[in-house]
This record gives sequence, structure tokens and C-alpha cells, in this order.
Amino acid sequence: MLGLATPRQLAKAGIVGMNRRNVELIAQNNPRHLYPLVDDKLQTKKLAEENGLDTPALIGVVRLTGQIKEVHDFLKPHPQFVIKPARGSGGKGILVISGREGDDYVKPSGSLIGFEAVARHINNTLSGLYSLGGKPDVAMIETMVDFDPIFDRFTFEGVPDIRVIVYKGFPVMAMTRLSTAASDGKANLHQGAVGVGLDIATGKALRAVQNGTPITQHPDTGANLAEINVPHWENLVRLSARCQAASGLGYLGADIVLDKSEGPLVLELNARPGLAIQIANGTGMAGRIDRVEQLIARDNPPEDAVWRANWSMKHLAAI
Amino acid sequence: MTAKLQLRIIVGILLFVGVGLTAFKHLELGFPLLPGTKETVWTAEAHVSFRATGEPVRVTLSLPVNTNNLLVVDHSTAGRGFGFHIEEEGRARKGVWQTRNPSGEYSLYYRARVYRGGLPDLINALDAPASPEKPVFSQAEGESADSILAEAYEFSADNEGLALRLVQSLTAQEPTPAVLALIGENPSRHVRVNAALRLMHSAGIPAERVRGILLEERKNSSRLTDLLAIWNGEGWHVIDFDNAQVGLPELFLPWQFGGDALYEIEGGVDSSIRFSVIADQISGRHAAVTYNTEIGSSLIDFSILSLPVEAQNAFATLLLIPIGALVVVVLRNIVGLRTSGTFMPILIALVFVQTELLTGLVLFLIVVSSGLVIRGYLTSLNLLLVPRIAAVLVVVITLYIALSVIGFRLGISEALSVTFFPMIIISWTIERMSVLVEEEGMKEVFLQGGGSLLTAVIAYLVMTNRYISYWTFEFPELLLVGLAIILVIGQYTGYRLSELRRFEPLARKD
Repeated sequence: MLGLATPRQLAKAGIVGMNRRNVELIAQNNPRHLYPLVDDKLQTKKLAEENGLDTPALIGVVRLTGQIKEVHDFLKPHPQFVIKPARGSGGKGILVISGREGDDYVKPSGSLIGFEAVARHINNTLSGLYSLGGKPDVAMIETMVDFDPIFDRFTFEGVPDIRVIVYKGFPVMAMTRLSTAASDGKANLHQGAVGVGLDIATGKALRAVQNGTPITQHPDTGANLAEINVPHWENLVRLSARCQAASGLGYLGADIVLDKSEGPLVLELNARPGLAIQIANGTGMAGRIDRVEQLIARDNPPEDAVWRANWSMKHLAAI
Repeated sequence: MTAKLQLRIIVGILLFVGVGLTAFKHLELGFPLLPGTKETVWTAEAHVSFRATGEPVRVTLSLPVNTNNLLVVDHSTAGRGFGFHIEEEGRARKGVWQTRNPSGEYSLYYRARVYRGGLPDLINALDAPASPEKPVFSQAEGESADSILAEAYEFSADNEGLALRLVQSLTAQEPTPAVLALIGENPSRHVRVNAALRLMHSAGIPAERVRGILLEERKNSSRLTDLLAIWNGEGWHVIDFDNAQVGLPELFLPWQFGGDALYEIEGGVDSSIRFSVIADQISGRHAAVTYNTEIGSSLIDFSILSLPVEAQNAFATLLLIPIGALVVVVLRNIVGLRTSGTFMPILIALVFVQTELLTGLVLFLIVVSSGLVIRGYLTSLNLLLVPRIAAVLVVVITLYIALSVIGFRLGISEALSVTFFPMIIISWTIERMSVLVEEEGMKEVFLQGGGSLLTAVIAYLVMTNRYISYWTFEFPELLLVGLAIILVIGQYTGYRLSELRRFEPLARKD
């Protein structure tokens, strides 16, 4: 009625609301002291490397302004790299260099910039231009992801990533976010990016939505979204499960990208993942969370991340 | 689970204390629950006039006393050229006027404010009296008196019953011959009370006359009335002559107890006394505060009401902030409205209280939108955060000046109230919205900005509501109830109203 559902209908559909997410999922499972691990990407990176999680390799960190002049020589062996602020938000302040031409740096768009521009970017990053709250920051330099071309048809500019929600080590739901012209190349669902729910068991597209309405084709490329079938799916799900073990966060959003040669790589972790994933999947998360709770309470499942990922893929897709 | 249980216990305690204190203040201390409740307060005045004979004058007047139902506060006197003091003589309070060299006609006034509600009955607290002297009756009177007493004695079991029976016979529609012989036909009330007193005394029962004024709700009155007080062996009991009932009538203001005259004058002749009572309607809240201050209620002594007036005014505003917070909590967690800055809407609402809603809204929109435009330019300069906000702050103040000056020149004096907006908050709002434009797009800015303004307007409407502002100030203990509600919402895990819309497609599928 009037485009409104009743609370009873939502409960029946197993929808987790904002309040329940904040009170039950986040507050009870994510201890505050773990937040810096995921809010500071440098810490996340170290965490990933210590725990053997695949992630774009860290080339170096610029912490002081005085170090900037060394960067040019330091980067000589690395034709491709990405510079990002450790505490950036909303994808701000990310500089991607995809090659060299003489002393100049080539951006993916093909335009050339000199080292001064790179140095200025690093300097801005250090002084906190891109960081939350304007605090001084550090600049991370990591290897550029060579994106698996599988997604090329499905995205307009931007970087397609796969978000997996992991609850107590069990990957419960997944989606991929595809940027559109309307979202200005950003993978942000409420700005008009397309959300495609992925079958947790297979990595195949379930359903696609843009601005809350179901769609079948990418609005810009016209590709049939139902054809999305994420390769290396089992590895990807297991990788997401291992993120939980590494970070200790009980309710976690793992953002994973696919590298052409290296397969799934963890890009970021999120301690407060949103709920739009339910809309993209066309189903609520509560049923799966309850099933996981039931399993934990009844069967004392092993802590092993691979076991949990396998169990999820086997048992949760149907719920 | 334990956290939930703890919360329930805390909420229970908060509700109990908050509601309990409110109920106590209402029921026991008489604070009205609704603003604008009127209460009757009487101004009782005694007016003594006389002609001085030239000798030093001393006028003694019995003064009204508190009862269970009435409280005499702030009395005042008038009498030019007279000194005044109060003498307490055991059971009686007397006002004394004195002057040395009077001449001519004089008028003396005694005035007292009388509030409802009182202290333990003073008459009841009086000491046991000595046995009364036997009155002297003439032969004929004596026989009538004996016969009336004998009849009354027959139909009663104790002093009180005897007195009641006497009063009944003295006030009967068709008096017996004995009564007729004693007090004649259609005697005045004064005569009847006199007769009753003499009869009681001759039976050896202590009895006194109580004189006072029967106050009336919402009406002026001036009639002095006599009642009978008798000693029943344990305490004094008042008997109303009108209906032969025991107990002081509710609105009876005793002015004199005992046989002494109501007033005495030395050095004056042709004296007379007049009483008048004016009934006023004052705010029930004011009456309650005056009354409780007078009797020294500790709940008042340790409340906001005991502070200086400016501090009280400050708290009247401060106490509205929790209401604003409650509105924000409800709108964000139950309705699901998005606002920019958690409590920014409350501060904006407080500004609206000072500027009036429409003026405030217009000024806010002008300042924030022009601030956003200028801030948009600052973005392209790649400034660092703190200098950027500082720059915005300076821009905001410049805007204030420009708005005020231009508005004033154009004769729009409302523009001057722009200064009520807290600059820092406005600057941060502009900063946050501008970041929002860059990161999330214009749509999000309108959503959050609109949400903030809507929240501010609703908070304003709630905070300026007559009932809400009355309750928050008069019953600050309701804060605890507000806290309880906030705590409950804090653990609310149900859906927000906005989610009924957001997730509606998922419900439809089934």
C-alpha cells in the first residue's frame, strides 16, 4: 500500500534493518578497538600480509614530506602503481599510474603527468587533504590491480569490486557494484550504481537493481547482467572468510577485486557494511544470520575459515 | 541478555522516579498538570476605624491563623502614623498598632493573602484548657438552661455529642419553650453561640467561640461568622452552627479564638471593624510555588525554582534541549530521517525559537546556500581542512554583516536576528554539506539538508509547544522519563519507517 511494506512483511522477508544492524550485528560483534584495523588501510594491509591474505602488494609508504623527493627513484622499478591515502574516504585521493613515458607518468586515461604532480599529490595526502577529519595522513604506494577483463562489459569506467558480508566467519551474502554514467563512475549504490546480487554458492548473478528498481541490462553498456559469473568464486569466498579470522570483526564487509593473474585480492575491509546488499540480492539477510547462529549454538563448528566458507556455500544460498 | 535486563531495570527506575515525582508535585504540592490552571487566592482585609480622644492610642486586633486548608502568607498593614507589631500570646496572634499623639478619625488596615493548602490545624494543637467558670443564670434562665441541658444530656454519650445536641436544639426550626425562653425568637447567630457557650460552661465542659470569615470560591465575602469550639477531653473540636457538623468548614478562616474581643482600642471612641475578602484568580503554578516556598518544602528548596530568576530562565531554555534530542532520536531511529550533523537540528531549532520560524528558515537558507557557493570555490583552491573551515567561518561572519546591513537598509529588521545563528555550527554545516556535494552528489545534500531542516522545524514546534515548555520547566523530573524513552529507543532493533519504503520491493516478492 502506497509503496510501503508493513513491518510484519519485512520481518517475514528476513530483512535486517538499520537499527538491528547497529545494535545486534555491529555493537555486539565488532569491538571498538578493532576499528582502526580497517579504518586505516595501512594497518589493514599489514594485517592482510601477516595473515597471508592476498592483497595488492605494498610497494612503499611515504610518511614524511622530506621523503617525497626520493619517491621518483624509489618507483623506478615499478612502472605501474597506485598512491592512496591510508585514511581516505569515499575513494578520494587515489592516483593510479599505469605506465611511464620517459620521466613522465601515464594515467589510465592516457594523460601524462610529471613527477611534480605526483609529488604534489603525495604532499596533499600527507597534509590530510583527503583524510577523514583532515588529520595528517600517510601515502601508501601499492601495486596496480590488473583487473580481470570479465567485468569490462558490465561497468562504465570505475572499478568493479565484490562485497562479501561475513558474519562470524561465515560469508552470508555477496554482491558486486558496477559504476554507471549516472553514478559518475563511482560504485556507490545510492548514487545510481548498479548492484548485482551474487549467488553465495556459485558467484552467478541473481538479480540487479539500480536505485532500488530491478533491471536486466547495464544502463550504459547494455550488457545482460544475468550473465555475470564471477570466476575463482570458491577462492573468493574463502578469502572473505579468512578476513574475519584475521581482523576479529564479527560483522564484516570484505571488498574484493579480481586480478587477471593473481585472482581475488582483498582491497578493503569495512566494519560497518551497509544493508543495500539485501536489495541487490532480493532477499533478507536475517534468515542466513539466524542459520549461522543456530549452527554455532548447536554444532560447535570448527573455527577454520575454509570449512566455514564451504559450509556457507553449501547451506546458505537456499535461505 | 544481561545488558537488556539492566536496561529494563534502569528504565523502570527512571520511569518510576520521574512519574512518581511528577505525581507527588501535582497531588501533594499542588502544581497543576496543565499550564494556565487558575487557583483562587483571597485577600482578606480587616479595617478598623475610630476617633482618637487625644490620648495615646493602642489598637489590638486578633489576626487570622492557618488551618488545615488555608495558609496565611505575606500580610501587610496600613495605618499612617502608627507603629505596628505582632504579639503572640499562647493561642492567639494579635496585631498591635500604637501611636502617641493622635487626633481625629483613623483607619487602620490589616491585609493578608490566603492560599489554599495549609499546615496542621492550629486549633487542634492548642493546650488543654482549665475548667470553665460556671456562668451565672437568672432564675428563669436557669430553669430553661437545666431543661435544655438535661434533654441534650439524655440524647448524647460524650461532650461532643452533647454539644451537637445543644446546637441542634438552639438552631431548631421550631424551638422548644425552654430554648425560646433562653434566647428569644429569631435570635442572631451571635446570641445562639453565646447561649451554647454558657450552657456548655454550666455543664462544666470547656468551650470557646471561634470567629472568622467563611471564604468562598471565586467570590468576595465579608461576613464574620461564629463557630463553637469544645474540648472533648483530648482536643478541641469545632462545631459548625449552620449544619451542626463537627470540624472546621473547609474555607473558614479563623480570626479569633476564645472569648476575648476581636479588637480592643485604648484611646479611641466610635470604633468599628469591617472585613472584606477579595477572591483573585492567579496561576495555579504561581500559587503552588508561593505556597511551597512559604511552608519550606524541600522539593522546592532544592529545585530550579530556588535559583535566581536569570538562572531559571537559562534552565527554561536548557531543559528544552533534551526534548529536541528526543525529537532527533525519534526522527532518526524510528522514522529514519537523515540529518547532517547529529544534533545540529536542535541548535537550529533553538535559533528558530529566538528568531521566529519563518524568519529563521529564510535566514538559514540564505546563509547556508551562499556559504555553499563560496565554499564550492574554496574547494578548487585545495586548502587544508582547518584553514578551509576557518575561511568558511570568516565568510559566514561576512555574510552575517552583509545580511544585517542590507536587510536593515531595506527596512527588514528581521535580518538582524541572523546573529542568533551559532557561527561555528553554521560553518561546520556548510563544510559538511560541501563535502557531501563532492562525495555523494547534490541529491544527498538535499536529502540530508532537508532532513535536518525538517527535524529542526519539528523540534522547534515541539519545543515551543505551550504544554511541553510548561512541563519541562515545572516538572524537570520528567527529564528522567525522556531519558528512559531515549534508552528504550537506543535498543530498538525494529524497522525504521523509511525502511518500510526502502525494502518494500523485497516484501512484495513474496
